[in-house]
Amino acid sequence: MAVSESVSTGRVFDMLMTVKDPEIDSVSIMDLGMVEKVTTLGNTVTVVLLPTFLGCPALEVIKKNTIDAIQQLPEVEDVEVEFVFHPPWTSDRITEEGQKNLRAFGIAPPPRHFAEDGSWHVDCAYCGSTYVTMENIFGPTACRSILYCKSCKNVFEAMKPVSTLM
Amino acid sequence: MSEIENGVTAENNDAITSLLFQLADDDFLYAYRGSEWLGLAPHIEEDVASSSISQDSMGHAAMYYQLLEELGVGNADELAHIRPSQDRRNSILTERVNGEGYYMETPKYDWAYQVVRSYFYTQAKKVKVDSLCQSSYQPLAEVAVKVRMELYYHRLHWETWFKQLFSSTEEAKKRMNEAMTLVMNDFGDMFSFGNQKQAIETYKLIDSEERLKKNWLTSIQPVFAALQMDVPAIPETLANNGRNGEHTVDLDEALLTLSEVYKVDPVASW
Ligand SMILES: [Zn+2]
Repeated sequence: MAVSESVSTGRVFDMLMTVKDPEIDSVSIMDLGMVEKVTTLGNTVTVVLLPTFLGCPALEVIKKNTIDAIQQLPEVEDVEVEFVFHPPWTSDRITEEGQKNLRAFGIAPPPRHFAEDGSWHVDCAYCGSTYVTMENIFGPTACRSILYCKSCKNVFEAMKPVSTLM
Repeated sequence: MSEIENGVTAENNDAITSLLFQLADDDFLYAYRGSEWLGLAPHIEEDVASSSISQDSMGHAAMYYQLLEELGVGNADELAHIRPSQDRRNSILTERVNGEGYYMETPKYDWAYQVVRSYFYTQAKKVKVDSLCQSSYQPLAEVAVKVRMELYYHRLHWETWFKQLFSSTEEAKKRMNEAMTLVMNDFGDMFSFGNQKQAIETYKLIDSEERLKKNWLTSIQPVFAALQMDVPAIPETLANNGRNGEHTVDLDEALLTLSEVYKVDPVASW
């Protein structure tokens, strides 16, 4: 068997940019800050991911999509994807790009700051108004909430903040 | 990861395993009972919220079973689905049915009971998880940090329901009080470590039973004060201690339903 070219981590990161959240097709797992570590050894790639929520049913799909994406690199032979829980994923791992891409999808990014009593505020994902009310803290997935904007009268979703300070 | 790095030794192995089973089985049964509300909750938003909470809780159980698998106790899916009731270490409260009737036929479930059980259980879980963040068993401490963040929303949700129903009509108050009596009757083993008490406490895997009880009572105090009610007492004596594998017939029936689904397709991911 011919000696094959070993894999560069840069090429792996490029592929990881193409792995999208299965439910939000504008946002990649890189945007979400789910990628903790990439290591390459010869032609074997290991990717360590942080789950956003422990019971998230999308994790298996993300794992499969990650493997499929990296295997598109011709120099790759083996791909290992594992989920770890330390460090814990927190919503401030979402990148600037991720925030922008969430907004493009109509989802308000999670707020970076909490009030002293632990409460938090997001602005309308459509018009930016601060005049919003929380309709349901639990949205269509564990990581999202449903809000209503009293200015533009739209219902919108927000990514829940999760922080070790909670 | 080697066993030395993990802090598992021949001496503390039983204590760690026992505590993990208690945590895993509690969340597993709690999630199962919660999932039986699917389509039956008072309104659509609540259906969505309840489902999310059940899904998260199932995720927490899966993590604890995973830690057990890593200790060589067995396959996580099998530990969850096919252990008989006498091997289960969940509290009695988590195994209780939601009310009369069966999910597939004519369920007459009790929402007041669901609210009280969920609020008290979630608050108990928070007290434990807060303590577990400092566990001497590092893999458990790491998982606890993650669980704690998700639990924040569960606690907020059930506390809101609890306060609102108790501040509502006389009918609601009456039903909530009846539910609270039922829940407290089963609360005796919530903070019990069963016959592993001494070992679990000695190895500092989690705070003592007494400390956790005290923290729980302190944590619900402000809500009860606002409602002008007395904090309920945790029973000292108990008919069954789930931590020692003593269970009710409700658990047998739940396990029968649960394993039925698992046995249809044991390789399915859940
Ligand atoms: Zn708006």
